[in-house]
Amino acid sequence: MDPMIRLILAQGMLGLNNGVFYAMLSLGLAVIFGLLNVVNFAHGALYMLGAFLALIMYSYMGAWIGMSDLSIGFWPSLILAPILVGCFGMLIERFMLRRLYKLDPIYSLLLTFGVTLVLQGLFINFFNASGTPYPGMPESLRGVVNLGFMMFPKYRLFVIVFSILVCFIVWYVIERTRIGSRLRAGTENPELVKAFGINVPLMVMLTFGFGTGLAGLAGVLAAPIYSVSPLMGANLIIVIFAVVVIGGMGSIAGAVVTGFTLGLVEGITKVFYAPAANTVIFLLMVIVLLVRPNGLFGRQG
Amino acid sequence: MSDVTETTANSQSGIAEFEEGLGDPVLRRRARIWQGIFWVAMLGFLAAAPFFLYPVFVMQLLCFALFAAAFNLLIGFTGLLSFGHAAFFGGAAYIAGHVLKVWGFPPILGILTGTLFAAALGWLVGSLAIRRQGIYFAMITLALAQIVYFFALQMPFTGGEDGLQGIPRGHLLGIFNLNDPLAMYYFVAAVFLVGFLVIYRIIHSPFGQVLQAIRENEPRALSLGYNVDRFKLLAFVLSAALAGLAGSTKALVFQFASLTDAHWQMSGEVILMTLLGGMGTIFGPVVGAFIVVALQHALSGIGSWVQVVIGGTFIACVLLFRRGVVGELARLLRINSL
Repeated sequence: MDPMIRLILAQGMLGLNNGVFYAMLSLGLAVIFGLLNVVNFAHGALYMLGAFLALIMYSYMGAWIGMSDLSIGFWPSLILAPILVGCFGMLIERFMLRRLYKLDPIYSLLLTFGVTLVLQGLFINFFNASGTPYPGMPESLRGVVNLGFMMFPKYRLFVIVFSILVCFIVWYVIERTRIGSRLRAGTENPELVKAFGINVPLMVMLTFGFGTGLAGLAGVLAAPIYSVSPLMGANLIIVIFAVVVIGGMGSIAGAVVTGFTLGLVEGITKVFYAPAANTVIFLLMVIVLLVRPNGLFGRQG
Repeated sequence: MSDVTETTANSQSGIAEFEEGLGDPVLRRRARIWQGIFWVAMLGFLAAAPFFLYPVFVMQLLCFALFAAAFNLLIGFTGLLSFGHAAFFGGAAYIAGHVLKVWGFPPILGILTGTLFAAALGWLVGSLAIRRQGIYFAMITLALAQIVYFFALQMPFTGGEDGLQGIPRGHLLGIFNLNDPLAMYYFVAAVFLVGFLVIYRIIHSPFGQVLQAIRENEPRALSLGYNVDRFKLLAFVLSAALAGLAGSTKALVFQFASLTDAHWQMSGEVILMTLLGGMGTIFGPVVGAFIVVALQHALSGIGSWVQVVIGGTFIACVLLFRRGVVGELARLLRINSL
């Protein structure tokens, strides 16, 4: 195989691996925005929280509660951490965001920005700002797979397949099931849905918990790949915002497809001009704003 | 987001409570008297501050106060939330630093170059961002500011992680040596005052009235025949330029331009200053900047806990205190512009 094509494929795979996180985070952001009309700045911080919960459950918790041999591994964390993050999200919704729904949505953006600073500051104080590796990668996912054009880490392949599955399930539930139809109805006209006897405030709280839980899940998946650091979410959320502007927040499928595609584009950019890899998504956002201001999948501004 | 909800939102938050010229003459006179008191207090503080406070600290205060006042022109008087104002503040600091240090520009020319750069950058960012409204506007400005941040990190002249160091203060008009703390202080105080007066003038001009009309009800302003996008863009450019003026001045004071000035956290801080002081008030951003900078100094011993405190203040402001200090004061005094 031509080495150039090989390089493009390899970087593309690594890019797709980042795209997984763009897709999962912008998916959660889109779900929350759809029902609550809230742009959750804390989404990145909750992703960081998910990664830290996995790390804490694996490396620290045992020592903290005096049972040094207690350690919760990757698989239980994959379920527990998102649930905990989702519960934390629901607390934020119940006690803070709920009071802002009647106001301009910029206030909820500012509130979640404050939450981001608090979470980030707390973790910088208690953990190393520069990051800690997560040692709990399961034995069965160690090693590499031969993809023909490159040796690809088994774990990363798992993350790609698993996330595509999660994104598909979320899309299916929201667009094709009864629960999803209620959710979408609640987005269109909460008063009418209330009249049908559906507890809209509860539904809103659960949706926020679900969206933030997705961020937590992405965090756990990220922990074995990147080092777990308090700043991992903050840097990501700005990229996610650009992804969301490009895709438009109106559509769930749009958010997912845009996320994966942009990860791929970013990876391939590394082949041709590495310094631009940081900014290529932002530059694409500029182009989209010039050509299709409402985003690729957006309905209206 | 429908406009109805946005309008109710504004009037609840106090942004909308700027209706000078309405109401009875007694109230107008009272407002004028209180504004006069604030002016006298501010001018008195400007003149006397270096004799009872550390001048560098006061200069830092003034730079941030001007930055926040410039930001308030956008959020408070046009209703646009920019989440990327650090790009203009920090970007101008780098440009001013570079022309002062490498090209040997005199101080005033250096600051003006930084300001002009910020205006040009503001035009670029603004003309892209006004293509979307509301929450998207905030996200776009944040993302565009991140491009500027990466430039500051990667360009050869910025010094990367180390920042641009050793910017000379030089001589003002070739006469006053700015290495003298008092001379430097009064120069910064003058820059602040000029910037603040420009903002005051803008707010009270017919142009400023149109901006407030756009903030209150954009579709109506549009249907009255105003070219809303041009007004928004001009407000954005003015706000960016004044933020650049503050950034360039800060670079001259500290002889240093750093990545911190261009980071998104700085964009967040200027939002907090404005929110805390009172969005859409005249003196609010100045008060807010003083509180935040003083808080940072007072808490500098506890390291990164400062971030937790700042974040907590943010949450508290949004939940309980949306009018801000000056906004609440104006409400207590029952006047509608302070």
